[in-house]
Amino acid sequence: MSETDKTTCFEPWNEVGKKPLIEFRGVSKKFGALTAIDNVSFSIYEREFFALLGPSGCGKTTLMRMLGGFETPSQGQIFIDGKDISTIPANQRSVNMMFQSYALFPHLTVADNIAFGLKRSDMPKSEIAGRVDEMIKLVQLGNLGGRKPHQISGGQRQRVALARSLAKAPKLLLLDEPLGALDKKLRQETQFELVDIQEKLGTTFVIVTHDQEEAMTVSSRIGIMDQGKLIQIDTPDRIYEAPTSVRVADFIGDVNLIEGNATTTANDKITIDWAEGQPALTAQTTANIKDGTKITFAIRPEKIAMSAKRPDDALNAIEGHIHDIAYLGNISIYKIRLASGHMIKAQAANTRRLSRRNYTWEDKVWLSWTETAGIVLTK
Amino acid sequence: MKRFTWFNAVSLTLGFAFLYIPMLILIIFSFNSSKLVTVWAGFSTKWYVYLFSNDAFIDAAWVTLKVGFISSCAATVLGTMIAYIMVRGGRFFGRGLFSSMIYAPLVMPEVITGLSLLLLFISIGLDRGVFTIILAHTTFSMCYVSVVVSSRLASFDVSIEEAALDLGCTPFDAFKSVTLPIIAPAVISGWLLAFTLSLDDLVIASFASGPSSTTLPIKIYSSVRLGVSPEINALSTIMIAIVTFGVLTTSIISKRAIKRKRLEEEQAFKNG
Repeated sequence: MSETDKTTCFEPWNEVGKKPLIEFRGVSKKFGALTAIDNVSFSIYEREFFALLGPSGCGKTTLMRMLGGFETPSQGQIFIDGKDISTIPANQRSVNMMFQSYALFPHLTVADNIAFGLKRSDMPKSEIAGRVDEMIKLVQLGNLGGRKPHQISGGQRQRVALARSLAKAPKLLLLDEPLGALDKKLRQETQFELVDIQEKLGTTFVIVTHDQEEAMTVSSRIGIMDQGKLIQIDTPDRIYEAPTSVRVADFIGDVNLIEGNATTTANDKITIDWAEGQPALTAQTTANIKDGTKITFAIRPEKIAMSAKRPDDALNAIEGHIHDIAYLGNISIYKIRLASGHMIKAQAANTRRLSRRNYTWEDKVWLSWTETAGIVLTK
Repeated sequence: MKRFTWFNAVSLTLGFAFLYIPMLILIIFSFNSSKLVTVWAGFSTKWYVYLFSNDAFIDAAWVTLKVGFISSCAATVLGTMIAYIMVRGGRFFGRGLFSSMIYAPLVMPEVITGLSLLLLFISIGLDRGVFTIILAHTTFSMCYVSVVVSSRLASFDVSIEEAALDLGCTPFDAFKSVTLPIIAPAVISGWLLAFTLSLDDLVIASFASGPSSTTLPIKIYSSVRLGVSPEINALSTIMIAIVTFGVLTTSIISKRAIKRKRLEEEQAFKNG
């Protein structure tokens, strides 16, 4: 599969002996009978932009609130810079948080909001105004310093919240769904700005989000959470291209999941028997799979090619009828019904105008893909 | 609903007549020159002059204001503290019971509250006077304050307080510099409510007061039992004037604030 991009050599998680900034060791959190976090251990390194991604209720916010000091772990320890912070209260941590609701102080001006934390730090009074100006410039708030939070727009409030949480130059910035309240276009622009700011300051960012596009755009690594467990931590491309479990594959992007029985044919190749009357599929895998093991073959819709005739050289080719077409503008998603009853999604770029589309409902088509296009999952 | 109908006109007139005719009559008769309350004998302000030269009334008014001010301040502090614990204290043993117990004095008949306070003062040997009235008024008005303040606290985004802690505040500093300014309107209206309740109160004050301390409602009530004098009309008119002034001022101030805020928000929206 595709390796992580070699042009960016920022991969502290691969450096041997590199000390993490944050380390979770066997952390659990219970609320009564409910286990919100279930024995989580992982590390985040300095200058990382780490995303915690998962459906709502998966425990990602609880995990972040433990870093901020608003929840204490029921079990395990959390280290920042090698120090156990489990019992240090929120106001004594060199960690700041940007809240989902922004949590601006409504009775204070933008400048006073940004200065709030500085006034409670050991920064000399004479330097505070300068620092506030610096932060206002950083987030491009122009001359809004004298306004109250209700006098500025939602996008501007988001910037004030970011400036306020960065003003004390924390070692670690936590962002709880920071862009959730913005509309899509503004959100996309702000994602890139967030990355720029993070790179400029070199602060470690941990972002909590349920938006996978956002996580993929901003982060150096993504931790996928499900039911209180971290089920995979990896770079965005590996999360997408090389998920280690069905749940991750299913959660990130669109995917076709085909269950079948594996038979090893060559060193790193298996064939998959998956439905009666359908040709067996061939796939490459590095995992050691015993003959007859039940596996799930995952393939992304954009990795499937569609053609009217069976491609001569295709290793994997199956026949079906177009059941449904979803037109999304730039691409179309075709749902193809197979004779075995399976429904397979294939994606095609709309390089031509709609009126000149190649396929339509109930057309017979062939789906084909290479042996490296999909992933064999055993769990 | 904008259209005029006879039904609307009649209900409006009747409703307001029921509310305001008694007061109107009282105000008119306070300017009556005759000593007889029911006979109009021409315009005069002499009862106001008599009123201000009557030391007993002036003393009672002074006691009432003193009691009202001190008890509403104490009730505001205590009521706000209770509200904060109930809304922000998290889960603790007996919280449900405690929070419903705050509401109980609101529906308790005043006679019972008064009587139980009286028994308490007697049993601990506290001489009744201004101090006991203050205690009694603090007791019953703090529930009202805590109800007003806790409704404001409940609708207030907790993460604002967390943000203050996150930025280095101690919990007390966070309360002082973030929570209190935000809930200030509720605290002030709680204070006003407590003050008004204290000014109004007759039943509880009469249980808690001693011979040396008479509040205005007690004084009015006891003199009316000897016959309604035009002086009382004058006094009541003054009280109506004060209350009207207070209500009008607060409503004008809050209306202006709302209008200004809306304008500013529109401006912010346009600036986008």
